[in-house]
Amino acid sequence: MIFLLAIVIGVLFTVGLYMMMRRSLTKVLIGLMLLGQAINLLIFTAGRLQRASPPLIPLGGDQISQSADPLPQALILTAIVISFGVTAFALVLARQTYTVLGTNDMNELRDTDIIPKYHPEIPPEEEEGY
Amino acid sequence: MERVLLPLLIPFLLIILALFAWNTPRVQRLLAVAGSSALLLAALALLQQVQRSGIAVTQIGNWPAPYGITLVADLFSAIMLVITGVVAVLVAIYSLEGIDENRVAHGFYPLFFALLMGVCGAFLTGDIFNLYVWFEVMLMASFVLMALGGERAQLEGAIKYVILNLTSSALFLSATGILYSVAGTLNMADLSIRLGEVNSPGLVTTIAMLYLVAFGIKAAIFPLFFWLPASYHTPPVAVTALFSGLLTKVGVYSLVRVFTLLFLTDVAFTHTILLVLGGFTMVIGVLGAAAQYDIRRLLSFHIISQIGYLLMGLGLYSTAGLASTIFFMGHVIAAKAALFLVAGIIRRVGGSFDLRRIGGLYRDQPWLAVLFLIPALSLAGLPPLSGFFGKLALVRAGLAQGQYAIVAVSLAVSLLTLFSMTKIWMEAFWKPAPQNAPAQNRPAGFKIALVLPALLMGLISVGLGFLAEPAYGLAEQAAGVLMQPALYVAAVLGGVR
Repeated sequence: MIFLLAIVIGVLFTVGLYMMMRRSLTKVLIGLMLLGQAINLLIFTAGRLQRASPPLIPLGGDQISQSADPLPQALILTAIVISFGVTAFALVLARQTYTVLGTNDMNELRDTDIIPKYHPEIPPEEEEGY
Repeated sequence: MERVLLPLLIPFLLIILALFAWNTPRVQRLLAVAGSSALLLAALALLQQVQRSGIAVTQIGNWPAPYGITLVADLFSAIMLVITGVVAVLVAIYSLEGIDENRVAHGFYPLFFALLMGVCGAFLTGDIFNLYVWFEVMLMASFVLMALGGERAQLEGAIKYVILNLTSSALFLSATGILYSVAGTLNMADLSIRLGEVNSPGLVTTIAMLYLVAFGIKAAIFPLFFWLPASYHTPPVAVTALFSGLLTKVGVYSLVRVFTLLFLTDVAFTHTILLVLGGFTMVIGVLGAAAQYDIRRLLSFHIISQIGYLLMGLGLYSTAGLASTIFFMGHVIAAKAALFLVAGIIRRVGGSFDLRRIGGLYRDQPWLAVLFLIPALSLAGLPPLSGFFGKLALVRAGLAQGQYAIVAVSLAVSLLTLFSMTKIWMEAFWKPAPQNAPAQNRPAGFKIALVLPALLMGLISVGLGFLAEPAYGLAEQAAGVLMQPALYVAAVLGGVR
């Protein structure tokens, strides 16, 4: 089972990273989501895989014999909630960017990377709230 | 005991109050100044307590340490909190004028406090997964602050900033997952013990490298810095000053924390990598700045360059090295924030951020020239300002360990920094104004709320220079604690082990 999950995690990481290298902003976000799922599974596997025994101490006993570590599952829960919020924000940001800039292509989003050209005659773009 | 909690509770309370005052921007603005002053006082109280009676620890919900979440304030954390408080107060004052009504109406202040809470949480937590959560609190707030206002450049910068920071968080989380499967604990003090007992040093080093990449993206070290110059110049100057003062420094703080507490199995390997990366970061940052004409972009590249100095002290891994990193942290945050705030005033007075469009400011506004010159010379490392003593300490720590290459690089970069500052001086202040320069607008520039924070930041820089001896002494004390992880472990775990 661990072997199978290891392969699934590997595939998810590969697909996620591949998507992140695409030019379309939407695909980059899909890549980030896949990466998040891969990591959740990775943490899940870190807590050992055991079937059909809850992490409860039996009556009269003082330790758990055969069960999965519940802590990583709590961590995953936290991670899912965080990635939900972050993804929701990223989607809205991507949509807003598309509306304002009119493009979804990462290659065209380079106005903030280059040194702006200087034309003494043309006034600079107006900004507010500096 | 409860002093440890205050730096978290104050921003949290402020978020709630700011939300209640949603429709009254004036109240929010005053709340920001008063609230961040309270945060600064709380941080000072904590620093005093830690200095007097050692590392302060609080177990949340009274769950004993390694099972519950622990908040720890050692001297390094306390110093970082005080710096956070200072930056918060001054940016809050600057925002009185520097942030427009529209941004306040869309929730600037609640986000400002959320950012502060995330930063304070990251400095205080003693649990590595909790550190991830605080990072996310901080990042979420910074994402929105970056995009707030919705200008073209801002959205474009925010996209790059968000994607690269999410990638970094993903790496951080997966490293934490693997770390848990190796060591079986998330409490940093407990990890410090257990990682020493793990039999496969290769695996621990691999995890260390994952953390290096994750925190390296946040701290903008070479070669992971590309998001910073692409995004930091897009939001309003008050936000940029806040980010430059706090966000990358949280990345550096985390690097210092994990590489002095957790990953000490192969110091010769890991810390040499840090040293080499530090050298490259310095050089690339300052060379990148040389080509820029937008003041904010130029200063953004200098943020990267200065991160290199901070890494250098960590890479040396000696008490002197770490002490100079801590001292330098105080210096660079003050100098950098001051420069960004001055850039904002230059924009108001001169009409543009573009050095090619402005000029002659010295003749019209000599006071602004002085305001710029103090932090600029401090950043370049001229005596008697704080930068000189920070660099002197680093160079001496480097020489003491025979790392001549990095010392030479750091001195050369100093010279280039001076060149870069001279460029702003020549272009903005000295050369005659170009023919069709934007109209000079003196009254818009001279507002006490704008000038005071820049002036105070500059004075801090001067003050750190004149009080270098006691300040360095405090940093050395903090570094001494960092160099003995056993103290941290004993304070957190107490009687458990």
